[in-house]
Amino acid sequence: MNTVVAPADAIQAAWAALEALADPEIPVVSLRELGILRDVRQGADGLEVVITPTYSGCPAMGQIEDDVYTTLQAVGLQAKVVTQLAPAWTTDWMTDIAKEKLRAYGIAPPGQHCAKGRETGESVLRFVRGAAEPEPAVPCPHCGSSHTVESSHFGSTACKALYKCLDCQEPFDYFKPY
Amino acid sequence: MSATANYLLHLADNAVVLGQRNAEWCGHGPVIEEDIALANVSLDLIGQARLLYQQAAVALGGDTTEDKLAYFRDVPDFRNYTLLELPHRSALVGYAKSDMDYGTTIVRNFLYSALMVLVWEALQQSKDEQLAAIAAKSLKEVRYHLRHSRDWLIRLGDGTDESHARVQASLNHLMPYTEEFWTDSNIESAAVAAGVGVSVASLRAQWDALVDDALAEATLVRPQFEGYITQGKHGLHSEHLGFLLTEMQSLARAHPNATW
Repeated sequence: MNTVVAPADAIQAAWAALEALADPEIPVVSLRELGILRDVRQGADGLEVVITPTYSGCPAMGQIEDDVYTTLQAVGLQAKVVTQLAPAWTTDWMTDIAKEKLRAYGIAPPGQHCAKGRETGESVLRFVRGAAEPEPAVPCPHCGSSHTVESSHFGSTACKALYKCLDCQEPFDYFKPY
Repeated sequence: MSATANYLLHLADNAVVLGQRNAEWCGHGPVIEEDIALANVSLDLIGQARLLYQQAAVALGGDTTEDKLAYFRDVPDFRNYTLLELPHRSALVGYAKSDMDYGTTIVRNFLYSALMVLVWEALQQSKDEQLAAIAAKSLKEVRYHLRHSRDWLIRLGDGTDESHARVQASLNHLMPYTEEFWTDSNIESAAVAAGVGVSVASLRAQWDALVDDALAEATLVRPQFEGYITQGKHGLHSEHLGFLLTEMQSLARAHPNATW
């Protein structure tokens, strides 16, 4: 198939096919919106799809790779999936649309801690000491109240923390800034 | 073996052994949130170990793989700190049975995470580009591990008489094992000379500051000690690593080359 399609067309077709491919664990957002799908390019041996893991141990990476193959096969394309570590994935890459979709799904979207930390050259030591200061409130995705508390640093997946709303009493996931 | 490969194995062994230890709490946590938290910490550590073993396999060449490095090496081949292989309890005679102690788990995770935030931060400048990339990812993860263990250290230390006494006992038990951090092994020195690794000894003052700060807040006393310095990173381990590896490696060894 690749031999009859011009490389530029193949890249465009692959982007079109992969555009809507959802994250296996948070199916309301696409891999592109999450920043996991980084690039589609022409490699030495044909089309390459570049993905990056969120957390090192993210168990969904194998599933994501399979989903990319299946999606491309359905439109008659073959590609190699390349996993790239640098630059390290950050929640700052998440689009505003993705954040709004997360909120509508019941997951509080991440704040911008990471970008701020990097720009000011904030050190690890200050990050730790900073934890003693009050953290910015995480608004409840259900009722919008900022009257929330953290139940646990770690939630149902590595990328989320568990919170509880003190007004509507609902528990909710918070996508941690990373 | 190249300096880089050996160094990657040291880092990977640290991550996989502590990942396996923390995973022992899965289904046994004191409360469900902590059960999930430690499973997540384990997942991060095992993920880091996988990335490091993959790079070590590339550096070693031949037909070795991440799975062979994790599952088909024996106790003397492992280069992890002895601290990380100890059971979740204070020292007992060999035949004694004991419940797992959450305070010991927390203290160990704290002491190790406090080191690794400094190590990963420095390794972002490694000349080995893949190691630098792994460091940048791992740093984000270990910051959360440090925050989690530090918060619990303070909660237990500055908690009830019972929790204070138990976490102080854990600290007294584990602190001597951290001496192993500060004398660079031949593997570490070679990696530092090659611009790949970081001299852990140079991070000591920062680690002391992090630890002392948290201990003060937790109302815990830093124990004084002297004596034998453990040699896990030289391949000389406690009796506990053999049991840990036997459990971790049993499935892979019973079904070599299995795929699923």
